[in-house]
Amino acid sequence: MTDTVGIVIVSHSSDIAKGTADMVRQMVGSEVKVAFCGGNPDGGLGTSVPLIIDAINDAWSPKGVAVLVDLGGAETNSEMAVEMLEPARRDLVVVCNAPIVEGAVMAATEAAGGSSLAQVKAVAEELSAD
Amino acid sequence: MSVPSETFKSLVKAAAEQVIASAPELTSLDQAIGDGDHGTNMKRGCEAVLGKLDAISAQPLDEALKMIGKTLVMTVGGASGPLYGSFFLAAGEALSHDKHLPEDLADVFSSAVNAVSARGRSQVGEKTMLDVLVPVLETLKTAAGQPDLIARVRTTATEAVERTAPMQATKGRASFLGARSVGHVDPGARSSCVLVQAVCAGLEARA
Repeated sequence: MTDTVGIVIVSHSSDIAKGTADMVRQMVGSEVKVAFCGGNPDGGLGTSVPLIIDAINDAWSPKGVAVLVDLGGAETNSEMAVEMLEPARRDLVVVCNAPIVEGAVMAATEAAGGSSLAQVKAVAEELSAD
Repeated sequence: MSVPSETFKSLVKAAAEQVIASAPELTSLDQAIGDGDHGTNMKRGCEAVLGKLDAISAQPLDEALKMIGKTLVMTVGGASGPLYGSFFLAAGEALSHDKHLPEDLADVFSSAVNAVSARGRSQVGEKTMLDVLVPVLETLKTAAGQPDLIARVRTTATEAVERTAPMQATKGRASFLGARSVGHVDPGARSSCVLVQAVCAGLEARA
């Protein structure tokens, strides 16, 4: 199997994160590594930098990882998590400006075809274009 | 001159405890224009800092500030984690590069405020914590070395937080509310004010 870009889903809600990951897996199967996390460090609604770091490392691929987020804090925490990765990995992770469910499905579909990280990000972000 | 570790420890303790005591107010402000978690998030972060306070204050000042920043990043659970975390990480980084307290306070604070601005891609006037931190920085610059510096910083912070009420949010969760964010004090500005006031009070008590 050739490497494909990994997908990470970061929501304030672990239910939304898991549900989104379930949808992605149903559509692209196991060709693409998908990891997800949701909830703050106490398990309430929110996001957690250490959990995001773990998810990125779980979905790790030499082709990189695309991160899909829901609301503001998920984006800020994901950007922080990327900066706290080991240096060799930082430049291979992007946080996509895209709706979380549609973005994750589109990104994973694109990744499954062997596309580059930049292509995967671009396809997800087309959803945000007017 | 340097900052003795006992002084540092007592200031961090006072600031963290004050934020924890303010958690209900921060949450109620955030329920008005955000998602209502600012108080509990800041409380969780400050409790984590207090839990590590002995280890933190055993470090040199630059490393101690970075530890505070990293602790907030890893435990707060909302956008305020990376924002306040970046503030302390950048302050520590500035002290690692030839800056010293108290004489370079304005420079160090400036690095920290710039890091918050970069992390949030935000500027002053957007109804955020920067609307307290930037005016405080200006006072630290203009009143540097003045005997009433602490009093002026306190007045600046209190007035600045009130000025966020008529602002319309264009960053963060409150921006979704548009004009409906007008009339409420920004919770991040309030928590910044709480921190500034707590540190000032601690310094006054030691003066």
